[in-house]
Amino acid sequence: MKQGNTLSDRINNSLGKAQNRQNFRSAMSGLMEKRAAQFPDDEKLAKLRDRGREIRANSLRNLPYLLIELEKTLTENGIQVHWANNSFEANQIIVCLLQQNDAKSVVKGKSMVSEEIELNSFLEGHGISVLESDLGEFIIQLADETPSHIIMPAIHKTKKEIAELLHEHFPELPYTEDVDQLTQSARKILRNKFNQADAGISGVNFAVAETGTLCLVENEGNGGMSSTVPPLHIAITGIEKVVEKLADVPPLLNLLTKSATGQTITTYFNMISRPRQPGEKDGPEAVHLVLLDNGRSKIYGNSSLQEILHCIRCGSCINHCPVYVQLGGHAYGTVYPGPIGCALEPMRLGINKVGGLTSLCTLCGACEQVCPVQIPLPKLINRLRAESVLRRADYTSLIGAGSMRKPLESWGWRIWKWIYRNPAIYRVFSLIVTRTRELIPARMGRWARYRFNPKPARRTMHELAREAGFDNE
Amino acid sequence: MTMSRAREQILSALQQYSENGGYRGIVKTPKEEGLSKEDRVARITQMMEAVHGEVHRLLDREWMKWINTELPKRGYKHILVGSGDIGKIVNVEAMDSLQIHSYTAEIEEWKDQLFNQVDVSITSTRGGIASTGSLVIWPTSAEPRLMYFVPPVHVALLNAEDIFESFEQMVIEQKWSKEMPTNSLLVSGPSKTADIQQVLAYGVHGPKQLVVLILG
Repeated sequence: MKQGNTLSDRINNSLGKAQNRQNFRSAMSGLMEKRAAQFPDDEKLAKLRDRGREIRANSLRNLPYLLIELEKTLTENGIQVHWANNSFEANQIIVCLLQQNDAKSVVKGKSMVSEEIELNSFLEGHGISVLESDLGEFIIQLADETPSHIIMPAIHKTKKEIAELLHEHFPELPYTEDVDQLTQSARKILRNKFNQADAGISGVNFAVAETGTLCLVENEGNGGMSSTVPPLHIAITGIEKVVEKLADVPPLLNLLTKSATGQTITTYFNMISRPRQPGEKDGPEAVHLVLLDNGRSKIYGNSSLQEILHCIRCGSCINHCPVYVQLGGHAYGTVYPGPIGCALEPMRLGINKVGGLTSLCTLCGACEQVCPVQIPLPKLINRLRAESVLRRADYTSLIGAGSMRKPLESWGWRIWKWIYRNPAIYRVFSLIVTRTRELIPARMGRWARYRFNPKPARRTMHELAREAGFDNE
Repeated sequence: MTMSRAREQILSALQQYSENGGYRGIVKTPKEEGLSKEDRVARITQMMEAVHGEVHRLLDREWMKWINTELPKRGYKHILVGSGDIGKIVNVEAMDSLQIHSYTAEIEEWKDQLFNQVDVSITSTRGGIASTGSLVIWPTSAEPRLMYFVPPVHVALLNAEDIFESFEQMVIEQKWSKEMPTNSLLVSGPSKTADIQQVLAYGVHGPKQLVVLILG
């Protein structure tokens, strides 16, 4: 959370960056078109989304049992499983594994969960060098920034900015703004690192309980290389990513890639079930999986919010959000931006910390319409708004429930309720307001900064209606 | 180090609220379009080409001729093969101008050479998927995993008979869930990225070029 101090600072800052907004606009428009082109048949799409939803709902219904089964099958396959309640524990587990294996350098595949636990800075603090190998992640690592989108982390940068960044860090490479040449430069730089790395760290897209298989979705080949070249592979994932059957994977994969980037499939879909076996000539000698809770089990316990855990992190809600496209990802100040962020982050981190995110939603519903597993994001965000002003929090409430309740505002609404429930009082109230309209202050402060000053009409609607011949009844 | 306390804490928190209802998801072989072999070949070719894959349809034994003609013509010299049938044929029949490397030693013994010298790898495949234009690969000790990721060019042989309509159909019909290999992989085109201003570029980490020779 580097960019600016408060949410409104960050919003103002983002809105002021015209180039950035243009970048987001064109990128999101392109992604929306590509996704739409992948789903030409509404009926087929509806069926596929039903299936996606059913698979994820099944995973969650049976979550603890599937996690136990996953642990069993992975262990039988020779993959060691570790459990972490929070970021600190996950980081500890990973650093211990690296130290035990005397690993000093790590190459990473893209993983939002590793962003969530701020793994890179933790490892660097322990003298372990970390290199992001996904091109987008590599770029923002060089720029010392955080991802602005969960699928395309460097989407906010222009090729000129990227060219300058590479040139600054690798002056030996010729300066170019040609995307092919930039990509080839990155290939050269990163190849050596793969060759020399002591360990690879990656995320997981689906973990299959039935077979003990970790699935990785990617286009570049860096995930495949991070999980194959170094002698040690550590995968990290949230506990919700488990699915029951291997047969659950193809429909989810289909939904994921089409929804995320409008691709029929990504270049690579990698299924890892074992470390290197006797006689095999490559692959890591040891594979570990870190299962991270980090607030997820608390969300699981709240039946009206649990659906957020269906998410397969395609980013489609982000691509279609009219607010995200104006702000970009950094304004949110959290790991996950956009609609998924507005819903997930207050649940995960606490309403007292990031509850303000829920006010970034216009409740337009675009995200729910495109969500491949039909998460009712607007409903969840609305529910969070209610939780944020709860009068009394109980044991099922989220962290920080009620923390955004303001005494003056809640009194205001109580008075409003009282007036509107009593016809006589309402009539008196509306008469007074219309007759004293000139007394409304000329400037209403912050409220009217981007809005017209409200001014009551000369006569109440009831009066006008009566004049027009309507009766009371 | 396993944090067993974390395990108990997470599981007991979840178990309070979970209803273990058994599997209620739907597993059934999906309805396929019923494409003929030729239709499947046509579809996979179209899908592969759409993502910059190069596809050739050859008769069974023509592939070696293709290798001997095309690879030297394109300026490739260092060719990597496995120790399976393909490797054996290439080792015997390759032209003198091609230098053949066989993946017979463990990677640690020749990593630098693999990363810096090899131009092209030639491998078999387990099958293909028409609807997504994918190669299905189960690396083995004869054709190890890095053959598919490290060399700049990958030439894959695919039997037309082994092309399925969908990934789902293949997983279910071949009963993959009974025994998964160490690693299985779908490859659909050359390595690519759009991380720089949404511009598509090929060959960021994996092969820059994928050539699929469909046989039979």
